[in-house]
Amino acid sequence: MKLLVCISNVPDTTTKVKFTDNQTKFDSIGVQWIINPWDELALTRAVDLKEESNNPVSEVLVVNVGSAETEPTLRKCLAIGADKAIRIDSDTKDAFQTAKQIAAMAQKEAFDFIICGIESGDYNSSSVGGMVAEFLDTASISSVSDIRFEGGKAIVERDADAGKEYLQVDGTAVLIVQKGFAQEPKIPNMRGIMMARQKPLEVISAVDANALTEYTGFRLPEPKAKVKMVSPDQMKELVNFLSTEAKVL
Amino acid sequence: MAVLVYIQNFGGKLKKQNFEVASYASKVAESMHCPAIAVVMGTMEDSEIERLGNYGISKTLRIADKVYNTLINKLFTRVVQQVVVQENVTIVVFPDNNEGKAIAPRLSVRLNAGFVSGVVSLPLSVEPFIISKRVFSGKALAQVRINSPLKIVSLAINSFGLHEAKTPNRIVSFEPEVSLNDDSSRVVDRKMHAEGISLLDADKVVSGGRGMKGPENWKPLEELAKVMGAATACSRPVSDAGWRSHEEHVGQTGKIIAPNLYIAVGISGATQHVAGISRSKCIVAINNDADAPIFEVADYGVIGDAAQILPKLTEAFKAFKGE
Ligand SMILES: Cc1cc2nc3c(=O)[nH]c(=O)nc-3n(C[C@H](O)[C@H](O)[C@H](O)COP(=O)(O)OP(=O)(O)OC[C@H]3O[C@@H](n4cnc5c(N)ncnc54)[C@H](O)[C@@H]3O)c2cc1C
Repeated sequence: MKLLVCISNVPDTTTKVKFTDNQTKFDSIGVQWIINPWDELALTRAVDLKEESNNPVSEVLVVNVGSAETEPTLRKCLAIGADKAIRIDSDTKDAFQTAKQIAAMAQKEAFDFIICGIESGDYNSSSVGGMVAEFLDTASISSVSDIRFEGGKAIVERDADAGKEYLQVDGTAVLIVQKGFAQEPKIPNMRGIMMARQKPLEVISAVDANALTEYTGFRLPEPKAKVKMVSPDQMKELVNFLSTEAKVL
Repeated sequence: MAVLVYIQNFGGKLKKQNFEVASYASKVAESMHCPAIAVVMGTMEDSEIERLGNYGISKTLRIADKVYNTLINKLFTRVVQQVVVQENVTIVVFPDNNEGKAIAPRLSVRLNAGFVSGVVSLPLSVEPFIISKRVFSGKALAQVRINSPLKIVSLAINSFGLHEAKTPNRIVSFEPEVSLNDDSSRVVDRKMHAEGISLLDADKVVSGGRGMKGPENWKPLEELAKVMGAATACSRPVSDAGWRSHEEHVGQTGKIIAPNLYIAVGISGATQHVAGISRSKCIVAINNDADAPIFEVADYGVIGDAAQILPKLTEAFKAFKGE
């Protein structure tokens, strides 16, 4: 089985975000870029599946839609254990345009599962996975928190409102995964980092794709009012505040 | 023209969040001088569906076949698409939750309709269509324009509230033209939650961090949650260490929640944690370090040892409830 993990390149989670050009563009000066944390969990599990011998996963590819600046992130994916990275050479305009690029690439190779993180840490759209599935006209399973194989068939666990549901998947599918799919991201070891240099990072050109949405401006949220301190011996007063002042009880 | 709202079916019942998205769709429809209509998949009694009329929904299309009691992303997308076409819908509103995330992006491609997820307020303008949403995990707000004629948005839960507007709600059954033979994914097993309040729906949440010192100290926190009728949550290191189940992990890489009240106990308030809770209406922090960053985002703070404060707070809640 061949897996494709979609990788978003996002600012480090501790970044203090700023905007330029009259608050219309994200200011990337001085920003550290990382693998989107959910994509990192997706990749971690994909590599684990490949390395364990009791399941049919044999190959893990990663794909990113982006400019040459995202290549260090793709190299890190190779160091974690992906076999090959593909960069689709295009700036990303919105989820629709990004998904169309990934779908066009995926159409040419037979992937058994395409795996996306539940959202991207920058624009928090939660869209690319579902959109790729629809472009490919294939099944998608969202809120996925685990996968196992039974007699060569994948059983996928997803969160439903009332509990967990287990789905058997025949044929290809897009999995949109969250915490649980893996618990903690894999940290590349020295050997992985050395090997990553030899592994293929292929750059392919983009297809024609329009965007349907456009970010027109950004602002920072209003600063919060100062915290009100309550003495540990005054818990009745705290409950009183919550009831009469904050009105949340 | 109409605004369509997707009403998630919670085992035949409606929840507060359904009324919130219905309220939102009605307000959007009002600004466009058109009706707000709803679609419900699966089995639900008339008397339950009628309640949507309290929030401005004038017509509800029901697809009652019990096949639709289980979410199948691709199939549900096809059905909603057909409703959109038949009813001449121009804006579709989803809840920004698991089910909304499962269907809305697919529908966007199906209909060539721009999709903005997690919107937090009414459109700033309808023509052109501009709407705001949170980005960078809550560190900023963005304005997004949708350029396509058909538009899809999903509403962040707990961001809009309920707005009553009584209308008679006509229930119509809808017969989609879809193939039900697609077996590419099917549910083979289920495990229901144990009793307790689901974190994603919870109105109140009590959450523990590394300052709780170990899994053996969770009793007083659970006791407080029980008395308050709250769900329990935790920070990432707590779930990574296996002190609590990863189902409880909130934050940027866990669940993103927006309860009315969030009580953070022994949690330092790292930005990745705050990303998951900052939409809470009221945050209370209990921490023995006066300089902990959690106090920068909290509305109320208590400085002291969690082990000593928790039982006192539980007593205070009991007294408040008159027990
Ligand atoms: C990519 C990435 C993603 C992440 N995602 C998440 C996420 O989704 N969610 C998340 O929570 N974290 C996340 N983290 C981790 C985050 O950076 C913090 O490490 C974590 O939130 C800290 O957890 P904590 O507050 O429980 O522990 P600590 O930071 O160790 O804080 C413990 C707090 O307890 C207080 N304390 C100690 N003893 C007591 C006592 N007796 N009584 C009262 N208070 C006491 C201390 O003063 C301290 O403030 C992420 C990190 C990275 C790099």
